[in-house]
Amino acid sequence: MSAAKMQLAEIRFKVNGVERSVSVPPMKRLLDVLREDLELTGAKEGCGEGECGSCSVLLDGVLVNSCLVPVLQVCGCEVLTVEGLAANGALAHLQKTFLELGGTQCGICTPGMMLAAEALLRKNTHPKLDEIREGLAGNLCRCTGYMRIIDAVWHAAHAPLLAEEQAEIDAVRK
Amino acid sequence: MRDTTQTRIVGTTALRKEGHDKVTGSARYIDDIALPGMWHGATVRSRIARGKIKGIRFGAGIAWDEFVIVTAKDIPGENCIPLIVDHDQPVLAETQVNHPEEAVVLLAHPDKARLHEAVAAVEIDYEPLPVVFTIEESEQQQTIVWGENNVIKRFLVEKGDVDAAWQRAAHIVTGEYHTGAQEQLYIENNGVIAEWPESGGVTIRGSMQCPYYVHKALLRVFDLPAEKVRVIQEETGGAFGGKEDYPSMIAAHAGLLAKKAGRPVKIIYDREEDLAATTKRHPSRTRYRTAIDKDGRLLAMEIQVDLDGGAYATVTPTVLSRATIHASGPYFCENIRIRSHAWATNLPPHGAFRGFGSPQTLFGIERHMDQIAKAVGISPQEVRRRNFLAQGKTTATGQEIRDPIDMPGMLDRALKVSGYDAKHARFARENATSNPVKRGIGIASFMHGAGFTGSGERYLNSLVGLEADATGHITVLVSSTEFGQGTNTTLSQIAAEALGLPHEDVSVAQPDTQRVPNSGPTVASRTTMIVGQLVKNAAEALAGTLQEKKLLGEKFTAEEFRAACAAYTERIGALRAEARYQAPKDIFWDDAAYKGEAYPAFAWAVYVAEVAVDTRTYTTQVVNFYALQEVGRVINPLLAAGQIEGGVAQGVGYALYEKVVWKDGRMSNNQMTNYIMPTAVDVPNIEVFFEEMPCEHGPYGAKGLGELPHDGPAPAILNAIQDATGVSFTSIPLLPEDMYLRMAETAETVGSEK
Repeated sequence: MSAAKMQLAEIRFKVNGVERSVSVPPMKRLLDVLREDLELTGAKEGCGEGECGSCSVLLDGVLVNSCLVPVLQVCGCEVLTVEGLAANGALAHLQKTFLELGGTQCGICTPGMMLAAEALLRKNTHPKLDEIREGLAGNLCRCTGYMRIIDAVWHAAHAPLLAEEQAEIDAVRK
Repeated sequence: MRDTTQTRIVGTTALRKEGHDKVTGSARYIDDIALPGMWHGATVRSRIARGKIKGIRFGAGIAWDEFVIVTAKDIPGENCIPLIVDHDQPVLAETQVNHPEEAVVLLAHPDKARLHEAVAAVEIDYEPLPVVFTIEESEQQQTIVWGENNVIKRFLVEKGDVDAAWQRAAHIVTGEYHTGAQEQLYIENNGVIAEWPESGGVTIRGSMQCPYYVHKALLRVFDLPAEKVRVIQEETGGAFGGKEDYPSMIAAHAGLLAKKAGRPVKIIYDREEDLAATTKRHPSRTRYRTAIDKDGRLLAMEIQVDLDGGAYATVTPTVLSRATIHASGPYFCENIRIRSHAWATNLPPHGAFRGFGSPQTLFGIERHMDQIAKAVGISPQEVRRRNFLAQGKTTATGQEIRDPIDMPGMLDRALKVSGYDAKHARFARENATSNPVKRGIGIASFMHGAGFTGSGERYLNSLVGLEADATGHITVLVSSTEFGQGTNTTLSQIAAEALGLPHEDVSVAQPDTQRVPNSGPTVASRTTMIVGQLVKNAAEALAGTLQEKKLLGEKFTAEEFRAACAAYTERIGALRAEARYQAPKDIFWDDAAYKGEAYPAFAWAVYVAEVAVDTRTYTTQVVNFYALQEVGRVINPLLAAGQIEGGVAQGVGYALYEKVVWKDGRMSNNQMTNYIMPTAVDVPNIEVFFEEMPCEHGPYGAKGLGELPHDGPAPAILNAIQDATGVSFTSIPLLPEDMYLRMAETAETVGSEK
């Protein structure tokens, strides 16, 4: 059945802390709703079948492949995308470590990879290297060989921000 | 200008230029862009491998009047994608298809969701023709599917007198080695948007490595003058060679649809289409017959290289060239004969992938060196040490190595940092016990030529531009593209270094053929070394212009430079400099005899792999990996290490995971669920080491390094597996089922004649 023949549904959910409402076919993929209806193009489609993880977002704090989630399923939920990681233009600690330690090369996997890392660090604030590898195993990167990504996540978890960096971020967030 | 050994910015980990946009999700890739009124395009492809097209039917149940339909008859210019061999690969098949997934009909519709069923409803009637699917079938020349004899390209390299050497040999060692097709698997699929603006001509935006390749192709397809074709590279989500030539095809398709639709058309492949229809690494078969003296020195090498080129030539002639030149490895031998052929088959054309032929033949030679060691009764490291090329020695093409190289020293360091001797002894001890997990350690030593082969760079004749605005901000104008390797960052470092500026004062313009000159394709490990040198030359020319006008002294600070730019811009006008490639005087190449200086420089490496093989499940885990290389001056250590690690990971996939399964010429596992690349848990701990011996041909002594790391992992891993299991595996990818089948056999493919 093509999308045009489907009935539209009003779906309300929170994206990056903001209440949003879309009128779309209820089985439309969350990935397409984010990219087409909400113009949040940070989540990417790499495979369309939940293998590559480049469409990863957090759904009520849980890491999901947004290409496998019908938008109906997110009614009333809270979605976090890469666009929600930085606060008022100030990079999150994880974004800084990805940037400074070589965690991004071509960048296409980076949004999904950072959300996988965010999900991991919310559950496990001080992961061991093996736990980081396990936590990122659902997200494919073809450029880096993962070494610098693992390094970036480890530093985000284990190397606290310098006091002045934290003050800077706090100032912006106010 | 500045001393090339004392640098401020070259050699530092300057931040990735476009990194901020990438970590915030604001970087715009082609599928993130929508133009007003844009439609979506799709491709109807052949479902058979070879046959005459008898008719095209548009099935019932589709409102065809809503669609724009394009066939070969709609092509205003020539129906071919010109690259190396002219009039070979068509844009759209008209009378005959030569491989599965060949494009025949194009469709466009405003609603992307309607395209899938429309593509399925187009029926193409064929009269099937005989097919060949393998090197073995093609070389029989019973069924001719390309040209007069199925041979897309052949080379013969001859050095010394091979035939006279056999009788002097203490050992003659033969071996045959196979490598499979490998998918580049950039995470961003191929995609473009085409439009025909009111100003005339066609504009292409897309994911690509080589804007001027696309430009050249479209001139012919649309019969347009150069200024009417505009090609813009958008942020590109990985390429690895897979976006070298194929973007010309998809750009032509989108351009045809947009012309007929009278509106912009976007084509984005999904993963299944990208895997099934676009290029892969050439499958190969290499045969070695080597004469060895009693001490393990190479007396003669007779090498046969055969590649499967697929149905059309595309870049195959140059892939075969690189495969041929690298086939004798980093070794010196007086007598070498290399016969190489690229054979046509009815598979989709094989194309560029990082390494470009050299991973195939270096797999052969590096597996073979371990068999020589075994036959002679010396260690794998010792057989290498006794045969390394050195300064003053000549390669297979007769190229004298002029740069200082130190392969024995690199081998020593690699053995030391990997703890080779102790591990080798310990594994031998432990493997003798009943533990079902067998451990092993293996070496590969190799080189990779930087830049285009032979006279290639002379032919490219690359041009680079540099602009300074009134504030002294520099914009680098090159067609060299960023797709993750760090082009933007390293070229900026070179310009900043040359002009005494901070890295932030330099940016690289978005590649747009209307704005940037043709600095050549972004391939062949040439960007840092060749284009980087031109950026440095252009920077020096820019400073020279200011100095000529007495606006700047010979030595200057950043502040003085900015003031001079302001003065020049105000008094004289736009400040711009160019630099064009000048071939080094000592580079000579004879294309007919295939002799001479194949590359301006080689990067050199010794890699060590440590594996654990579970003899119950036949699974292999690479446990540790040590990558030591000499790449000249390292411009950015962080980016360079990232290149090495990424290449090693792709090499691990090449060796152990990534198998393209062909069924009647079509990739049957064209999904990420069944074409398996390494994940974060599959990649070993990779330790990267650089030796830096500045090279005179590169900026601040830099050489190319992008492809090098894909050359060594597969043979190092299989050498380690032989160390662990005692079995010489000769074919990759080596999946558990392949290992099981091979271990169930008793015959050895590698033998000794004496």
